Amino acid sequence: MISRGKRIDDRGIENYRTITIEAGLIEKANGSAEVHLGKSRVLVGVKVQTGPPFPDTPDEGVLTVNAELVPLASPSFEAGPPSEEAIELARVVDRGIRESKAVDVKSLVLEKGKKVQVVYVDVYVLDHDGNLIDAAAMAALTALINAKVPKMEMKGDEVIVKSSHHPLPLNNYPVAVTFAKVNGTILVDPSLEEEQVMNARLTVTIDKNGRVCAMQKGGQYGFTVEELKRAVVVAVEKAAENRAKILAVAKG
Amino acid sequence: MAPFSVDERKNPAPSRREHELSKVIRESLEPVVLTDLYPRTVIDLFVEILQSDGGSRCAGITGASLALADAGIPMRELVAACAIGKIEGKLALDLSDSEDKYGEADLPVAYVPNANLVTLLQMDGELTTEEFNKGLEMAVEACKTIHTMQREALKKKFREIKESVIEKEETEVVA
Repeated sequence: MISRGKRIDDRGIENYRTITIEAGLIEKANGSAEVHLGKSRVLVGVKVQTGPPFPDTPDEGVLTVNAELVPLASPSFEAGPPSEEAIELARVVDRGIRESKAVDVKSLVLEKGKKVQVVYVDVYVLDHDGNLIDAAAMAALTALINAKVPKMEMKGDEVIVKSSHHPLPLNNYPVAVTFAKVNGTILVDPSLEEEQVMNARLTVTIDKNGRVCAMQKGGQYGFTVEELKRAVVVAVEKAAENRAKILAVAKG
Repeated sequence: MAPFSVDERKNPAPSRREHELSKVIRESLEPVVLTDLYPRTVIDLFVEILQSDGGSRCAGITGASLALADAGIPMRELVAACAIGKIEGKLALDLSDSEDKYGEADLPVAYVPNANLVTLLQMDGELTTEEFNKGLEMAVEACKTIHTMQREALKKKFREIKESVIEKEETEVVA
């Protein structure tokens, strides 16, 4: 079917499934967002706490991304420590945010070298129907934009939390675009069925300026040089489309 | 990664970074190893990084290909790997650790020359589409050079074995 340019759900090879984004559902989190990408569902919560900075970056706050592939989301997910799939998912989402300098970590410092704000981005996969990376990345970005953080100040050794809330300082809006190679054809936004038969997978993360800030090849096969170059061009276009959807929801 | 392989002593237990490295290294070699010939078998590949100064996953893949060949595991081809990066706005091949730390982009690539297949590709940093295209081409050319060196290393092993066998036969004849 693929070689005839047709996909099981009748999509074009460069089309995404229906995307629904909802922000601010978890009140106890500083920021949150849930993305439905076709039937895949990913919820991301952002919590901002205080902690020590890393020794090699005393003048920067901390960003950390974790992903949980909860058992109810797929027959292939088991309870326990993160699998390599969960680790890869978290690290690819993290890379997009970190390398595009989306979060202005320099303005998260409370006391240089001692106390900074730590931004926890927790990805919770609720339903796996393919392309968790793009759904998670979209939800993470929306949650970061949506986040409200109370003003924090140092008073001696203590952190004083004020009541006024303000958004996280953000400088960029990275968007991940994932492709799957099935029988020689490169498809955008693979569904679970497509992932199960694919040869290889490629994620390209594009920042707001159309620059590549992260890439990850996955899967048991490979891509030609020409396929990779073409994928980057398509990714820039698709990222812009999805960025507009995210900003419309997150800022609206 | 050995604890003494990096600047700040590293806990020997595999961190999340090592888990991801293991996955991408495995996926860079899976396309060439003829696993169908070994049903219900596991091929364990252990990569130990003794000193890490940039490009360790690429060196790991280049070495792993040769180790698999040395073990006699049937393969379609050898996989060669090399990274490019961007330092002070310029694309550069095979960044060292400090160049990577202070540089603007890092792009490790593993390539199978005869199949024109990229089996590992990761990127972090900031690159325009043009920089990515040029950088990928640079990395692929480097992989072709490394691939030639890999074949030479393999041939050398067999040449040495052949020479020692001939030498042995000659001594036996004389005796």
